[in-house]
Amino acid sequence: MTRYTDVAPRDLEPRCREAVAAGARMQFVYAWYPDGSRALDDTQPMEQTPTAELRYIVHAAGEHAPQIWRCRPGAQPVPSLAPIAPLLSWHEREVTDLCGLKFKDQPQPGPKVLLPGAKAARPPLLPGPPAPLTYVREPYILPEIAGAAPDVQLLPFGPVRAGVVESAHFSFYYIGEAILHYHPQLFFKHRGMEKRFEGLPPPLGAVLAERVSGVGSVAHSLAYCQALEAAAQCEVPPRAAWLRVLLAELERLYNHLHYLGHLCHTTTLKVGDAEGHYLEELAKQINCRATGSRFLRSLICPGGLRREPGLEGLAEPLARLRAEFDGYAAMLESSTTHLDRLITTGVLGKQLAFDQGATGPVERASGIDRDPRRDQPYGAYRELPPRVAVRDGCDARARQQVRIEEIEHSIELIGRVLEGLPDGASRAECRPAPGSEGLGWAESPRGSVYYAVHLDARGRLARVKVKSPSFSNWRVFAHTVHGTNMMDYAINEASFGLTIAGCDR
Amino acid sequence: MANKSVPLWTLYGLKQGKATVPWPAGERASQQGFLGMPRFDPGKCAEGCRECVDACLPGAITLQSGGEARLSVDYGRCIVCQLCVEACPTGAFAASSDWAFGARHREDLVWSRAVASADGTALAGEIRRVFGRSLHIRHVDAGSCNGCESELQALGNPLYNLHRLGIFFTPSPRFADLLLVTGPVTYALREPLEAAYAAMPEPRFVMAVGTCAVSGGSNGGGYSCANGLEGLLPVDLYLPGCPPNPAAIIHALLMLVGRMPQRVRGGRIAEGSERA
Ligand code: SF4
Ligand code: SF4
Repeated sequence: MTRYTDVAPRDLEPRCREAVAAGARMQFVYAWYPDGSRALDDTQPMEQTPTAELRYIVHAAGEHAPQIWRCRPGAQPVPSLAPIAPLLSWHEREVTDLCGLKFKDQPQPGPKVLLPGAKAARPPLLPGPPAPLTYVREPYILPEIAGAAPDVQLLPFGPVRAGVVESAHFSFYYIGEAILHYHPQLFFKHRGMEKRFEGLPPPLGAVLAERVSGVGSVAHSLAYCQALEAAAQCEVPPRAAWLRVLLAELERLYNHLHYLGHLCHTTTLKVGDAEGHYLEELAKQINCRATGSRFLRSLICPGGLRREPGLEGLAEPLARLRAEFDGYAAMLESSTTHLDRLITTGVLGKQLAFDQGATGPVERASGIDRDPRRDQPYGAYRELPPRVAVRDGCDARARQQVRIEEIEHSIELIGRVLEGLPDGASRAECRPAPGSEGLGWAESPRGSVYYAVHLDARGRLARVKVKSPSFSNWRVFAHTVHGTNMMDYAINEASFGLTIAGCDR
Repeated sequence: MANKSVPLWTLYGLKQGKATVPWPAGERASQQGFLGMPRFDPGKCAEGCRECVDACLPGAITLQSGGEARLSVDYGRCIVCQLCVEACPTGAFAASSDWAFGARHREDLVWSRAVASADGTALAGEIRRVFGRSLHIRHVDAGSCNGCESELQALGNPLYNLHRLGIFFTPSPRFADLLLVTGPVTYALREPLEAAYAAMPEPRFVMAVGTCAVSGGSNGGGYSCANGLEGLLPVDLYLPGCPPNPAAIIHALLMLVGRMPQRVRGGRIAEGSERA
């Protein structure tokens, strides 16, 4: 069970220092408005602007359940915890952008989720109808290059880039081939997804969660529904819990296959590029036949599943995929031209990975043995613990190895689900009480997704917070680019397997 | 040490053989099981019921007074979530595999009893004259969830192999015939999107891919988004779907260059056009 503790602003720093020293991971912080849902009710005008309350999500080392620290800012300023837990920095800045709450001594003050030049008339997440942002483009905040070094060039790239890729703007300061400094300006795709949940009846939120990061539809809707199920203290029937594992692993499968194809694209291994994308297509077609959706959408709902996936005819194409994949993986792991480009590219040391909040395969390729499916197990992963792939190479090669091994594990897990699938109902009633709240998480192909949900007095959604893995990994990624060279950039980026939609929300 | 991997890879590629499926029959087979836009049958719709209206997140279904039917169904807003099918007590909404929803006119995506006749063949004729048999596309992500990109990227895989149809993605808007837009258009991407359009040579065409780009869908509006291309750019081809599958995208692209007919009329796949 998730444990709630009240922490006064002045106690935040010592508590955080203590927790981090004991090996805890500060997952994220968000704000919500406990009195805000009244503002939605037109009949009762608010006397004053509701105040935001902070929630810190903390995983103590070795503990299954997360802790949630509640902090009411009140008259005291809230200190920034980024100097103690650097990964909190982006989260704090997001709170400032979207809820208007400032942190004392934030080491990198300035907008994060809103672009420089975007102005909100009222905090966007303040309950009630949103006021559209106004926007006058301003230059991105870039570091000054010391001295008048004429050889240092600035290469701006984006936000619309070549090919079919997501939008973001990258700045490279470089001399010759060497990158001195790299700045990714993300959040062009910020769609205000969290605000869209406000006021919805809980079942509709699952449809929205599937559209936050399209290639993570299952993980997002799963984390969202588990948050509601925690709020409602509802037990998902075993059959539905097992089938959810199947869906989550099918999602990992097509994502990781795409990843390998794309990685080969950047190392110019043409056949590996085509084969990876071909296998991804086969996996998506398997998804489509089983669920009607190539992205496995429209099944997961609060309390279980809306309908059963079609399981007949799943085992055979999966076995064929597995056989073809084994040959592909062996080739990837023995192709010296390909491996030469990966080894020592994009090095992310273990300590840096931990401090900056790396998650998923990226974290596990830097030697951190952590996977919420095993360590904070949810749903049927309690009965079906996955094997966890860990490498300590800390480079692009290690990240490929982790993905390859995870594909094998996913196919195994799917096999275990098909063999042992319990009979019974696939949906239970899930009605979270008005005013209740819950936290849910899931390990997506890219790392951990968290949803925090708060219900209002009518049992509708008052606040939904989304912590996506790419938000975490984009922050980490920049650290692996400074001081490397231009030739390796695309390979390094591909090896992280990032999405921008998930990060920007 | 000599590098043996390249010849091995070539051999490996040859062993895999030719994966491309023949168009159009194979494309359709490759979408087996796909759940598309639910079909609406107003004859089954029960007086006084509003279950589907309340279940539809993007507001594709609205109650109407004095229209052709009790409900107005706008497939340009539909995100194929299937909730109306589950909510409808009478079967007026039924699951279907209809995905070839590319349309030249926005009205064609709205359910209506009478099927409008204008099919924009004039436009097709003109495009064919201009581009012959090749088409160069500039893609702009204006705030997608990345689902639409995932399917656009799939067009390059050996199964769909878009190049064989003479259709190419180009990095520069200056060499593009078609601006292909995904996403509901965020405040921050509006200007780059308009700049890409401005940089294209005439004649230039615009295609909205995915429900987000067509109308905003579930992700448009709010404090940071427009409602897709509505009111922003002139659209020559609408393709709703969330996301539209690769075969639907290919169909829409071929429709644009006049090599395939439009299948959707009055918000449904017209009878007899399945084999077209
Ligand atoms: S399938 Fe389309 S019309 Fe039906 S509820 Fe979903 S979005 Fe609305
Ligand atoms: S239309 Fe659907 S799949 Fe495409 S970007 Fe929008 S939400 Fe994602």
